Amino acid sequence: MNSETYVMGNTFDNAEPIAAQKVSDAPNMSELVRMRVESLSVYYGKVAAVKKVDMSIKTRKVTALIGPSGCGKSTFLRCLNRMHELTPGARVEGKVLLDEQDLYGPGMDPVDVRRRVGMVFQKPNPFPNMSVRDNVIAGFKLNGVRDRRVLDEVVEKSLRDAALWQEVKDNLQKSGASLSGGQQQRLCIARALAVNPEVLLMDEPCSALDPIATAKIEELIHELKEQVTIAIVTHNMQQAARVSDFTGFFYLGELIEYGETGKLFTTPEVRQTEDYITGRFG
Amino acid sequence: MDKHFRFRKFVERANWFVMLCCISISLFFLVAIFGYVLVNGASSIDWEFLTAMPVPAGESGGGIANALVGSVLVVFIASLMALPIGIGAAIFINEFPSHGLGRTVRFLAEVLTGVPSIVVGLFAYALVVLPTGGFSAISGSVAYAFIMVPIVLISAHEALRLVPDSLREASLALGIPKWRTIMGVVLPVSSRALITGAVLAFSRALGEAAPMLFTAFGNSFWNLNPTKPIATVPLLIYTYATGPYEDWHRKAWGASFVLLVLVLMTSVLTRAFLRGKSDE
Repeated sequence: MNSETYVMGNTFDNAEPIAAQKVSDAPNMSELVRMRVESLSVYYGKVAAVKKVDMSIKTRKVTALIGPSGCGKSTFLRCLNRMHELTPGARVEGKVLLDEQDLYGPGMDPVDVRRRVGMVFQKPNPFPNMSVRDNVIAGFKLNGVRDRRVLDEVVEKSLRDAALWQEVKDNLQKSGASLSGGQQQRLCIARALAVNPEVLLMDEPCSALDPIATAKIEELIHELKEQVTIAIVTHNMQQAARVSDFTGFFYLGELIEYGETGKLFTTPEVRQTEDYITGRFG
Repeated sequence: MDKHFRFRKFVERANWFVMLCCISISLFFLVAIFGYVLVNGASSIDWEFLTAMPVPAGESGGGIANALVGSVLVVFIASLMALPIGIGAAIFINEFPSHGLGRTVRFLAEVLTGVPSIVVGLFAYALVVLPTGGFSAISGSVAYAFIMVPIVLISAHEALRLVPDSLREASLALGIPKWRTIMGVVLPVSSRALITGAVLAFSRALGEAAPMLFTAFGNSFWNLNPTKPIATVPLLIYTYATGPYEDWHRKAWGASFVLLVLVLMTSVLTRAFLRGKSDE
């Protein structure tokens, strides 16, 4: 068994020492673990949507979460920045460690967690009451930062990072809602990048977009992983194969298989994974 | 088959006709009321009517300046009380839904809209006039506020409900605290509907006479002191219309017309303002 392919259950036997081991081992430093999830279970009332999932998300890599509808992958993602607890009746057990710090530990403020772990949603959701510029700096403005020079810099950098600068630089005062769907989604990515998160979560960011806009976002994901760790939920297996370095397959709330994307799609270890990626179910 | 089709077409047309009748009837009464007030009232409107003080019964001339200013003042003070309370309560109900109190308050607000305004007046009398020892503009404002709060609350709650959760999530996911999210995203996004609701409540209060009977009481003289009795237009209409003089009846019609125009103008100006806002 390849050391990069973790089958459910023994994930951490292999993944645990990566932070220490890979530094010397790997050709570059990028194999460090940024987030570690330990035995995470999520409940809606009494129903368990996610069951005892262990996973490590590596620094400056793209981790894709795939699986059929209702398998718990989105719920899992929303636990990584404590968005899940906004849902009435939701309950979380287990640990989510960001740089070895438990996000669910005592004294952790969810507001602080979300500043460090950003999120892009399924449907583009720019603030309709704000201009393009104000959307990008919403995270600063609504937290009281007013320094125009700082904000101008943030606007340009974030929009460049989100590959939107060239298209909107002459129209920064235009309403964010007046952009096309794909531009709106990149605006949302710029908005999330502006606060400089350590991890960016993307919940099916292309499912509301046409193929051209989708291709742009995918290209963007490739560039962004130079600066930020990304976890992306997708319905689209080709997309997972294209953009990600690691892939996790969820089914009925469990993480069935987790490993390097190339391996998982070509030589999956578990039968259910194979059935899913070859289209026999889901 | 063909017969069936013709029958369905007939039903379709019949339904359309019934609805046309409904809208015609409601439109007819609206136009009739306005027309009747216009015909009877417009003749007594002139510059003097709007700017002069009332004269003692029997003298000709005079106007309703004090009542006009009084009405606006009393409703304005009422708005200062009702808008923060109504909108604040709506925020609580909508943004903190897990708290059971919210649903109770919303239900009570719905009940409150049905309370007769004369009862509201009596309540304000007991609450403000008796303890302070006299009729006053401020007691009238309290009475109006009681009428306005449930209207503001319900319309604001509906406005906040229309703000999609995805926007709240977008803001919270940026690490923006909840209260900042409410002030910076939820309220601005729903501002048009909030303003519309506030204007609705304002207009509603502007036309109420009954709550003023035991509170603002009316005043034949100029007054801007909120602790003294004050004249308001609806109360003046009531007094003049039930009085014995022909001249008073004429003035009541004139005042009715002014009130109607005032309410209409408030609505039209708000709409114009909101339209200008959306063009930004």
